[in-house]
Amino acid sequence: MKKVILTVDDSRTIREMLRTTLAEAGMDVLQAEDGVHGLEVLRSAMPHVIVTDINMPRLDGFGFIEAVRSNDQYRAIPILVLTTESMDEKKDRARRAGATGWIVKPFDPVKLVSAINRVAA
Amino acid sequence: MDTMAAIKQTFFQECEEQLAELENGLLAIERQEGDLETINAVFRAVHSIKGGAGAFGLDDLVRFAHTFETTLDLMRSNELEITTGLIKLMLRAADGLADLVRFSRDGADLDRARIAQLNGELARAAKGEPAAAAEPMPAAPAIADEPAADENGFVPIRFSLDDLLGEPAPSADETPADAPLTVRFKPKPELYAKANDAVVLLREIRRLGEAKIACDTSEIPLLTELDPEGAYLSWAVELDPAVQEASVREIFEFVVFDCDLDIGIAPEPVSATILTLPEPPSTVAEAAFAPAPVQQTETATVIPLTPERDLTPTESLIKAGQTQQAAAGGQQTTIRVDLDRVDRLIDLVGELVINQSMLAQRVMEAGIARLSEVAVGLDDLEHLTREIQDSVMAIRAQPVRPIFQRMSRVVREVADMTGKSVRLVTEGEGCEVDKTVIERLADPLTHMIRNAIDHGLEKPEDRLAAGKPEQGIVRMTAAHRSGRVIIEVSDDGAGINRARVREIAVKKGLVEANAQLSDSEIDDLIFHPGFSTASSISDVSGRGVGMDVVKRSIQALGGRISITSRPGRGTVFTLSLPLTLAVLDGMVVTVSGQTLVVPLTAIVETLQPKKQDVHGLGDTSRVIAIRGSFIPLIDIGRELGYRHEEADPLNSVAIMVESENRSQSALLVDGIIGQQQVVIKSLETNYGHVFGVAAATILGDGRVAVILDVDAVVAGSRADAGRSDISNRKRNAA
Repeated sequence: MKKVILTVDDSRTIREMLRTTLAEAGMDVLQAEDGVHGLEVLRSAMPHVIVTDINMPRLDGFGFIEAVRSNDQYRAIPILVLTTESMDEKKDRARRAGATGWIVKPFDPVKLVSAINRVAA
Repeated sequence: MDTMAAIKQTFFQECEEQLAELENGLLAIERQEGDLETINAVFRAVHSIKGGAGAFGLDDLVRFAHTFETTLDLMRSNELEITTGLIKLMLRAADGLADLVRFSRDGADLDRARIAQLNGELARAAKGEPAAAAEPMPAAPAIADEPAADENGFVPIRFSLDDLLGEPAPSADETPADAPLTVRFKPKPELYAKANDAVVLLREIRRLGEAKIACDTSEIPLLTELDPEGAYLSWAVELDPAVQEASVREIFEFVVFDCDLDIGIAPEPVSATILTLPEPPSTVAEAAFAPAPVQQTETATVIPLTPERDLTPTESLIKAGQTQQAAAGGQQTTIRVDLDRVDRLIDLVGELVINQSMLAQRVMEAGIARLSEVAVGLDDLEHLTREIQDSVMAIRAQPVRPIFQRMSRVVREVADMTGKSVRLVTEGEGCEVDKTVIERLADPLTHMIRNAIDHGLEKPEDRLAAGKPEQGIVRMTAAHRSGRVIIEVSDDGAGINRARVREIAVKKGLVEANAQLSDSEIDDLIFHPGFSTASSISDVSGRGVGMDVVKRSIQALGGRISITSRPGRGTVFTLSLPLTLAVLDGMVVTVSGQTLVVPLTAIVETLQPKKQDVHGLGDTSRVIAIRGSFIPLIDIGRELGYRHEEADPLNSVAIMVESENRSQSALLVDGIIGQQQVVIKSLETNYGHVFGVAAATILGDGRVAVILDVDAVVAGSRADAGRSDISNRKRNAA
């Protein structure tokens, strides 16, 4: 079965890069522009994995992860966060919010796909 | 274009948006209208640029954005006090970032020393040192030049040893090839709460090679005491000796904090020590309360992934509604389309409009009653066609916002250079105009803004003396008015110094010393080529470009420019622009049996020449006297080669046109058919360049008509007249 991945990022560039990379790896991609939009998309879709940015307008990555984790329907979806540096502080906050794992930007396409495969049920 | 190139293009487009966002945010903070979200947005803009730049290996950009971002982050967390000095620095850094983006995009000029200095200033500001430190920084190492290639063309690459070593790599010594690697791990409840899954981890381990897996279920409590979100199981895995420890550690990368983990060489084989399953319960009753078998326990912490259980009809409806809602608020609201396709569509709609009006004319000619079903149906069709045309034109329309935003940098730079304090106020940024019109507005607007600050606004001390606030205001507004877009650039400066303008115009021979000129005629003089009121060519305006160039570029867009000025109150420049370049308002005229269209924007007035007003000048030239001044008469029929003999002015119509450099000419045509909006069809793309012809169009009756290139015809007739003058002189000399 094709994996469905929801990408949440306010940067069109990063969204496009994610889409291209994941589509090449044979995955279906849903896109959202920020946390609020991500939650809207989740109302009608159940992705296998969510990849989200941290710095976003309206609802940032931390808030988005917390919202997903506190919803009975989506809480089991693995969430990978995109962080610009391997900054431990950001990783820690993301982990505390409930992130499953993280990907360091600029991401290596191979590592991204492997990280997704590693957390996808 | 390959995918990466396309994404890179997206990146640079997005950069422009982020830069605008950044600048607007900083300006709002400067005006003390910003809140925490403004600072967040500003931070995000820089952060996004950095993120994308990293993906494309634009290292200079990444480094500068990083320093910038660090300082912004301190502002955001209140660790750095926001002062006007700091905001000024941020604005200059934003300009520097914009330069770096453009440099990365198309190798635009880059002042590296300035970037390095800004980088240094930002870094010092981050340390809380005064932002306005004056001493120039030595080129900061952050923007060091790229290492030069050696004679073999090899470029040295910098890397840190840590990058290569990374986490302590397992060496062959640590893991003897024959000793099996063992993993013991006991997840904590947090591991499951973050949607990690022991089963998935075990699956990944199994992918590395053969693995013996044993599960310890001994800690599972009785069902009554079992916390469904608890974690009671632990595992021991014995791996094939060939498996690298690093690859196992990678699998556990995300969960190391959420489980007890022990990876190493087994002192004894797994199978021999722990973890045989507990004794099977002896009775059925006991079995019911006994720990669940391994395969099922995982489900205790994992929520089923599919919400697609059987839904009641109501639920289905709600769900359907949500889907729609998601789609409506979602990413499907815009699509990106190649401009060529849009232009093709516009072209086709143009054909449709022409076809429709041809059909309407035929129906009329056939004498069909106006209230007949055919005529009524045709009216509806016309209505629909116009609506389609408007909608299609709207696709090319874009808000003027980006161009308005670009002007704030111009304002800042010119204000710095002239030492004037200026605030830019913009209104109507959402107003939409054709994309090409917007693109071609940048230069004229830049020049007008420069003029407004350099010539329009007074020096701060003069303003104070005049009882005005020290800070001058330059205002840019856009609005739609009767099918055109009106852009106004105004200042609250001293207004046009008419005495001085007049003096210069007289000195330069543009007007007679004793000419009676109204205020607006004097104001209009500044559009005269080469006119400049600045006594020296300043750094700012000047540069050999005057308002005449602005006027010409606006006219080239089918626009008009006008000026109103009040002494002591300021000056307003008003641009009136067409919403689209695909249609044109024209006057349809006939010359020697040919139908021509003269663009309405060029026409000043039309008149019937009188015998006493037409005078010959030399062998071939004629002029017409209008209100005391002589205006060259251009015989369009001869100029375009439709006929050899001169037209009789008394049986013709003179169309007064104003061409570039503001000179007026009278075009002699046989008659006027009417005024009409025409769809512009390029002649050059299908045929070739023809003198005096700007484009072509198809009229309602199906006839092709060429659109006159007024400037070219006027310039052409001048050249002819010049030649005949010279030949006359030669003849006289001989």
